[in-house]
Amino acid sequence: MLNWRSQRTRGWIYQIALMGVLIALVAWLLNNTLSNMRMRGIQSGFDFLFDPAGFEIGESMFAFTSTQTYGSAFLVGLFNTLRVSCIAIVVSTIWGTVLGIGRLSTNALARALCYAYTELFRNIPLLLQLLMWYVVLVELMPDADNPKYLLHWVSLSKEGLTLSGFMAENVTLTPEFLALTWGLTLYTSAFVAEVIRSGIQSVPLGQIEAALSIGLSPWQRLRWVVLPQALRLIVPPLTNQYLNAIKNSSLAVAIGYPDLVSISNTSLNQTGRAVECIFIVMAVYLSLSLLIAVAMNYFNRRIAIKER
Amino acid sequence: MTLNLSSYYRNIHVVCLLTLVIGSPAWAGKTLDAVKQRDQVVCGVNTGLAGFSAADSQGKWSGLDVDMCRAVAAAVLGNADKVRYVPLSAQQRFTALQSGEIDVLSRNTTFTLTRDASLGLHQTAVTYYDGQGFMTPVKANIKSAKQLKGATVCVQAGTTTEKNLTDFSRTHKLDIKPVVFEKFEAANAAYFSGRCKAYTTDASGLASIRTKEAKNPKEHVILPELISKEPLGPMVRRGDDEWLAIVKWTIYGLVEAEEYGITSENLSSMKNDSTDPVVLRLLGKSEDTGKLLGLDRDWLARAILASGNYGEIFERHLGEKTPLGLKRGLNAQWNKGGLQYAIPIR
Repeated sequence: MLNWRSQRTRGWIYQIALMGVLIALVAWLLNNTLSNMRMRGIQSGFDFLFDPAGFEIGESMFAFTSTQTYGSAFLVGLFNTLRVSCIAIVVSTIWGTVLGIGRLSTNALARALCYAYTELFRNIPLLLQLLMWYVVLVELMPDADNPKYLLHWVSLSKEGLTLSGFMAENVTLTPEFLALTWGLTLYTSAFVAEVIRSGIQSVPLGQIEAALSIGLSPWQRLRWVVLPQALRLIVPPLTNQYLNAIKNSSLAVAIGYPDLVSISNTSLNQTGRAVECIFIVMAVYLSLSLLIAVAMNYFNRRIAIKER
Repeated sequence: MTLNLSSYYRNIHVVCLLTLVIGSPAWAGKTLDAVKQRDQVVCGVNTGLAGFSAADSQGKWSGLDVDMCRAVAAAVLGNADKVRYVPLSAQQRFTALQSGEIDVLSRNTTFTLTRDASLGLHQTAVTYYDGQGFMTPVKANIKSAKQLKGATVCVQAGTTTEKNLTDFSRTHKLDIKPVVFEKFEAANAAYFSGRCKAYTTDASGLASIRTKEAKNPKEHVILPELISKEPLGPMVRRGDDEWLAIVKWTIYGLVEAEEYGITSENLSSMKNDSTDPVVLRLLGKSEDTGKLLGLDRDWLARAILASGNYGEIFERHLGEKTPLGLKRGLNAQWNKGGLQYAIPIR
C-alpha cells in the first residue's frame, strides 16, 4: 500500500512528476520546431549526412575528398577537434604541473615567473590569444618559397611547420593548427597550474611535518603523504579544465582551422539544415564531455585515499 | 569558459533558432501588415562589403544591396529612411530570414536550387550578375587560375564559394587547399598577411576587398577567369506571396525605369511632360499598378526617387567612377548587351 505520509513515497511522486513535466516540455519543443519548420517550407532530417559533401577540407587526419559524404566530413571535423584537444590536454597537464609546483618553489625567481605566467595567460581572453598567435605565425614568418630552417629537417614558413623526411614523407603542420594548439595549451596550462597549486597547498602543514619527523625522503613525502591527499582536491577541478579545453577548441573557426564547428558551419550553409547541424555539434560536445567526466571520476576513485 | 564561446557566437543565431523552437507559427501575408505597423522595413545586409552594403563612420549604410531596401521602404512606407539594417554573417543570414527577424535578406546572396527549394525562402529578382574569381598578389606572377596547382586559397565560410572552388579544383586537377574562415574580416586579414596564395570570392567582392582592404591595391590582381555563375539578389520568406511580389516588382521597376530613361532627377518633369505610355504607367499617371500590389499608385515613383533607377544605383556604388571601378558588363540592360531584363510593369 502507498503510504502518502511517508517522505519516501512523496519523494518518488515529486520525482516522477518532474520527469513527466520535463519530457512533455522537450516533446512540445520538438513538435513545435518541426511543425514551424514544415509550415515555413524548411526541409528537415538527417538524410543529408549520406549525400556527397562537395567541399574540400584543408587538413584531415585521414584521406577525405569532396565526393565523400557530409557524415565523413563531420568525422574529419571531429578528429581535427580531438587532435587539438588531446595534445592541449596532455601538454597542459605536464606544463601546468611544472608551473603549479613552481609557484610553491623556495626559489623567489621561479615563484615570480610562474605567478606572472598564470596571471597573464588566464586573464587574457582565449580568442585574443589565438588571434595573436595566428598573426605572429603568418605575418612574421617568411614566404613558403623561402622557409626559415630551425634544424636542417625542420622549417617554418607562412605555410606552417614542415618536417622534411619524417617517416619518409614531408609533414606540414598548418599555421592554423599550430596557433590553435599552442594558444589553447598555454591558456589551459595556466588554469591547470592553479588547480595543482591549490591542491598541494590544501595538505595541512602538520602532515608534512609528521612525514619529516618519521624520516621520509622528499620523494617519499610527496608520493605517500602529499599527493594522495592533494589529488582528491586536484582531480575534480582538473576534469573541468579538460572539458573546457575541448569546448574552447571550437574557437578554431576564428582562425580558419577546420574543426567540428567549422565543418558544421559549412555543412549548415550548403544544406540549410541549421537545427540538425547544431544538434550534431551539441551532441558531440556533450558526449565528449561526459566521456571525460566518467573517465576522470573513475581515476579519482582509484587514486584518492580511502578515508577510514 | 563557455562564456568565451557564447560571447563569440553572435547571439542572433541562437535567438533566431529559438524563435523556430518556441515561437508560434507565422501566417502567410503578414509581412506587409507587420512592416506597416512598425513603420519600418527590417533588412538583413552584409556586415561590410563596400559597394553592396557598408556602414560609414556615422553608422549610415550605403551600397547596392542597401538601396534595394531603401527602394522597398519608399514604395511601401513612403520614406526610404524607414529601414533598420541588421548586419549578418553568411551563416546567420538564412536563419534570420526564416525566423522572421528580418523582412528582406539583401546581402549579396547567390540564388541556387537548394536555397530556393529547401530553405523555406523565395528568390526575388537578380540585382547583380556575378561570378566567382580569384585574386593573387602581383609578385606571385600568376596569370591564370589554372596555375594555382596545390595552392592554399583563403575562403570565407558559409558561402557557395567553397563548393565552386572544389568543383574547379577537381575539374582541372589542381588539388587546391582551402583555408576557411568564419569571418569575412579574418579571411581578408589572412590573405593580406600572405597565408594564402590566392583569395576567392565573387568578382565584385574581390574588387571591393582590393579597394578597401589592401594596403596598396596595385599589388593585387584579379585573375581573368570566372569559375561560376553567381546571380545575386534579395530573398524573402516563403508563404507570403504579397510581400514577394512587392520586393520583386520594386526591383523590376528600378530596372525598367533605367530602360525608359527615368532617373531620380528627371522624374517629376517626365511625369508632367512625357507622352510615352510605358513611362506614364510606371509613374502611376495612367494606370494604377500599385493597387495590384496592395500599395498606392505612386509606389514606383517613390522607389525611383529614393536612390535612383538601377543604373544610377550601380554607377553610384560600383561603377567606373567609384573606387571599385566595375564595368556594367553582364549587368547592362538587355538591349545594351547585358542581362538586366525587367519583366514588364503592366
